[in-house]
Amino acid sequence: METLLTPFRYDFMLTAMLTCSLVGLVCGLLSAFVTLKGWSLMGDALSHAVVPGVALAYYAGLPFALGAFATGLLAAWTMNTVRLKTPLREDAVIGVVFTAFLALGILLISLRPSQIDLRTIILGNVLAIAREDVIQLIVVSVAVLVALLLKGRDLLLVCFDPNQARVLGLRADLLQGFLLALLSATAVAALQAVGAVLAAAMVITPGATAYLLTDRFSRLLGLAAALGAVTSFVGAYLSYFLNGATGGCIVTLQSAVFILALVFAPKHGLLATRRARKEAAAA
Amino acid sequence: MLTLEANQVTVTYPSGLTALRDASLRLSGGTICALVGVNGSGKSTLFKSLMGFLTPTHGSVSINGRPVREAQKQSWVAYVPQAEEVDWTFPVSVHDVVMMGRYGGMNFLRIPRASDRAAVEQSLRRVGLWDLRDRQIGELSGGQKKRVFVARALAQSSRIILLDEPFTGVDVKTEEAIIALLRELRAEGCLILVSTHNLGSVPEFCDQVVLINRTILCYGPTDEVFTPENLTEAFGGALRAFEFDRSTVEAHDDRQVTVLTDDERPLVLGKRGHLEYRERQGREALVSEREERERAARAAKNGAQED
Repeated sequence: METLLTPFRYDFMLTAMLTCSLVGLVCGLLSAFVTLKGWSLMGDALSHAVVPGVALAYYAGLPFALGAFATGLLAAWTMNTVRLKTPLREDAVIGVVFTAFLALGILLISLRPSQIDLRTIILGNVLAIAREDVIQLIVVSVAVLVALLLKGRDLLLVCFDPNQARVLGLRADLLQGFLLALLSATAVAALQAVGAVLAAAMVITPGATAYLLTDRFSRLLGLAAALGAVTSFVGAYLSYFLNGATGGCIVTLQSAVFILALVFAPKHGLLATRRARKEAAAA
Repeated sequence: MLTLEANQVTVTYPSGLTALRDASLRLSGGTICALVGVNGSGKSTLFKSLMGFLTPTHGSVSINGRPVREAQKQSWVAYVPQAEEVDWTFPVSVHDVVMMGRYGGMNFLRIPRASDRAAVEQSLRRVGLWDLRDRQIGELSGGQKKRVFVARALAQSSRIILLDEPFTGVDVKTEEAIIALLRELRAEGCLILVSTHNLGSVPEFCDQVVLINRTILCYGPTDEVFTPENLTEAFGGALRAFEFDRSTVEAHDDRQVTVLTDDERPLVLGKRGHLEYRERQGREALVSEREERERAARAAKNGAQED
């Protein structure tokens, strides 16, 4: 019992667990929209494309969130422009653009290894997170939460039926841009928690898991947020005992929950569909 | 006054393809008007232009005399999408989808009021889906799926309704239910534009027709527009014909012929290319009325020549 409570006695562990929970919650919420919009690849790309922004912000002494957010948007804009102006397919465009951004980021960081540690950016280091970074994370997370609270229904409509949104006088293209901006902002938060490599999982896996578990949007949203928050908290907690990378713990946990859902989900799980097929064959 | 107008609309896509050239059209309510053309004739391009999903390269669209953008803000136009455009696995219920018709009139946070709920219930009852309101949309039959989106258009209470291929993949019963509903809406003065490639169903329920093939070839009352010449022009060589006078029917069958088709209704034209209808009842005087009209037209023409 005593050993199980030890992580709560260290300030750095408390900070890490609470920070991860908040980030997990926000990423989980957004992952619901990402799954429904079919933007998982986009989420993956943006979470990598923010790296050069983080590097530049550090060099310039600006808040890292600002730099990351700006490069995230720049990457999204670049992808969109290249896609519209060339006959290339979307997956090729996304692949080329995000690796270009990531490579530039890695190059920038490696040029001045004394200032930032490449490992911190790529793998995250939430256990040693600086106080001002925590404040940035809280600001970003709360901003995204408020934005989703205010515009969630409009975003849902745009995900489901952009034409209906247009017919009702909503600016579907602006709302999609808004969702991309939220995704960039969230990628920044996830990057701090689990690092650039695994940030993508935070904005994809909880939503994908919840998608298997329910047929209602409101429940999907709640489930994805809860999954994100709980797995992040528990993952950070476990990383203390395993002495492993926090990001690895969180995302492994998320993947484990996904596998459970894949097998046991009441309607869309593998077992349930097999049962339904058997019943249909028997009838 | 309800009007839907396209003024010399030309649409050129970034690929360089001009899908629509110089298309002009003016419709007013109440009417059920069919938009008929082959695949690739610019039907959906015209639809998208009319609803403001794309901006014409040249020309303009106006609705009730105002620009499209204003019509959107006022929710003047409702849209029933093709079944293929909808993601049926999306986690929304029937009720949720119909509620989306009401977003335009809601406040910033889109929280439904009692009046919104009442409108949704009324629309769902009108299409007979109230009992299925909590189903996820993918759990519906083909006909029910179509009716969900018709209900959404009703809930939006727009007076102009555009339907994209509403009868594809729909059973006969649903088709008739939707047609009955559209007739009610026409009687209430609504302007309804239906895109279709099913020629046979057009004379059954559309009082006007627009023929399109890269531009608007002609439009007007169904009787006048649906002629073999116009249809040949609109469809090029894409139409199949079964001509009774050349067929084996001619020799022995004495008007005892049954025409069967799968999901599409046949378009049957008489001797001089006039429309034939499935039900004689209520149209007994059709032939004499037509002759009367043609006589009057000839007289007017002769009169004009003498002047």
